[in-house]
Amino acid sequence: MKIVMAIIKPFKLEEVRDALTALGVHGLTVTEVKGYGRQKGHTEIYRGAEYAVSFLPKIKVEVAVADDQVQGAIDAIAQAARTGQIGDGKIFVVPLEKAVRIRTGETDSDAL
Amino acid sequence: MVQRLLTRSAGAALALGLMSVAALAQDAEVAEMSTAVPADGQFVFNTLLFLIGGFLVMWMAAGFAMLEAGMVRSKNVSMQCLKNIGLYSTAGLMYWIIGYNLMYAGVDGGFFGTPGPISIPDPAADTGDYAAASDWFFQMVFCATTASIVSGTIAERMKLSSFLIFVVILTGILYPITGAWQWGGGWLAEMGFSDFAGSTLVHSVGGWAALTGALIIGARKGKYSEDGKVNALPGSSMPLATLGTFILWLGWFGFNGGSQLAMGTIEDASSVAKIFMNTNLAAAGGVVTAIILSQIIYKKVDLTFALNGALAGLVSITAEPLAPSAGLSVVIGAVGGAIVVFAVPLLDKLKIDDVVGAIPVHLLAGIWGTLIVPLSNEGTSFVTQIIGIAAIGAFTVVASGIVWLIIKAIIGLRVSDEEESLGLDKVEVGVEAYPEFASGAGRI
Repeated sequence: MKIVMAIIKPFKLEEVRDALTALGVHGLTVTEVKGYGRQKGHTEIYRGAEYAVSFLPKIKVEVAVADDQVQGAIDAIAQAARTGQIGDGKIFVVPLEKAVRIRTGETDSDAL
Repeated sequence: MVQRLLTRSAGAALALGLMSVAALAQDAEVAEMSTAVPADGQFVFNTLLFLIGGFLVMWMAAGFAMLEAGMVRSKNVSMQCLKNIGLYSTAGLMYWIIGYNLMYAGVDGGFFGTPGPISIPDPAADTGDYAAASDWFFQMVFCATTASIVSGTIAERMKLSSFLIFVVILTGILYPITGAWQWGGGWLAEMGFSDFAGSTLVHSVGGWAALTGALIIGARKGKYSEDGKVNALPGSSMPLATLGTFILWLGWFGFNGGSQLAMGTIEDASSVAKIFMNTNLAAAGGVVTAIILSQIIYKKVDLTFALNGALAGLVSITAEPLAPSAGLSVVIGAVGGAIVVFAVPLLDKLKIDDVVGAIPVHLLAGIWGTLIVPLSNEGTSFVTQIIGIAAIGAFTVVASGIVWLIIKAIIGLRVSDEEESLGLDKVEVGVEAYPEFASGAGRI
């Protein structure tokens, strides 16, 4: 099992969710986050004074998937979240040791 | 009171006189008589103008409150609202206790009148060209406007108590004294100075007091870095600032239109209407100019410049909203809009921290509007206008400077650095403006 973690543009969330649902992913966790990548934020102007917005708002999507679904999930997210413009985000994959469904006590792939 | 009417609507008085002569001389021309408003009717229409103009200007207090609430950071919004309703009420009391009579009672070409509470005649015995109380109300809201201008500049760092003490002096003594020079029939009026609705008497006086306060109290923490960099401290709500600007714009029809001071004749009613038109044109010119200049200089259109542009256009036309042609009104307002776009960064270079832009809008555009009066009003001269601007400016800077320094010496003007960083809402008001968005209401 892996956790596929994607940092995406906020307005792409619905498309990413639809793509993952189509793949048979049954649940995901979403967090509003802020950060920057190579673009280093951007600057705005207020009353003639420039100021830097160093951390841009993004959405972090986390989804736990079985090993055979990992590549499909990565592809689905990458396709749904891509605009081709700077700031599309990143996908990270990390190992997942254990999973438990709290209500039933099912574990690992049964719990996903 | 009477002086402002007599000096500024001589046309109305003349029309009244002519009408009564005509009435005496000619009973036969019934048709002609029926077109004129009888004396009672004139009293009613004049009073109505004062009351409608007055409550529109009263509503400008709401405009200032919303503009300033939107331009301060969310941690100081409750305080800004409190200062605004506090100053409006303080002005209302002070202008009743001493202000009105200090400004209007027996000035007779001098420097100030006789201070003391104003007494209103029994309504059945109210004589004159308008109800005495309607005149007091109309003049009072102008006094309150002056104080509203100060609160925006010194926002986010001044103690509530120090601010309200200053407002007591400003609305009870300082504003009425310079007001007496002109509208009270004092020495400036006799010299021929002209300021129709108060570009100088109201807006520049508030602006001078605000500038003096800003210099003495200093900038907000973090506004200017040691290396000279100007740091933007964006306001909490652009929709509120926009609403406030529209409210002020609406109120300005009362401010300028009501300052015709009479509506009992065709000429007066038509003058009020022309003033509405010129006032709106000047504001529109200010906005469009600010939008275009902001786009050219900064490559983006700063909404707050557009909002300030509207107000600067309005202030610019306030000294003479009746005489200019429509086209000239647009130009007068447009220059006001340009003043904003250039003066806001200039003040920042000088490290004068003016949170809402009241100094460019009210002081600088007020000076501009007063200076340009002789261009359309033939009875005035540039020299007299400059004397009036300089005299009122010098008095207000010195007197308000003394008041600011006395308050500073006795109780201090600023909150502590830590309190400023926490926000005045938490420290002095105890009511946060947006508790559900902040840490107040059980948020983790």
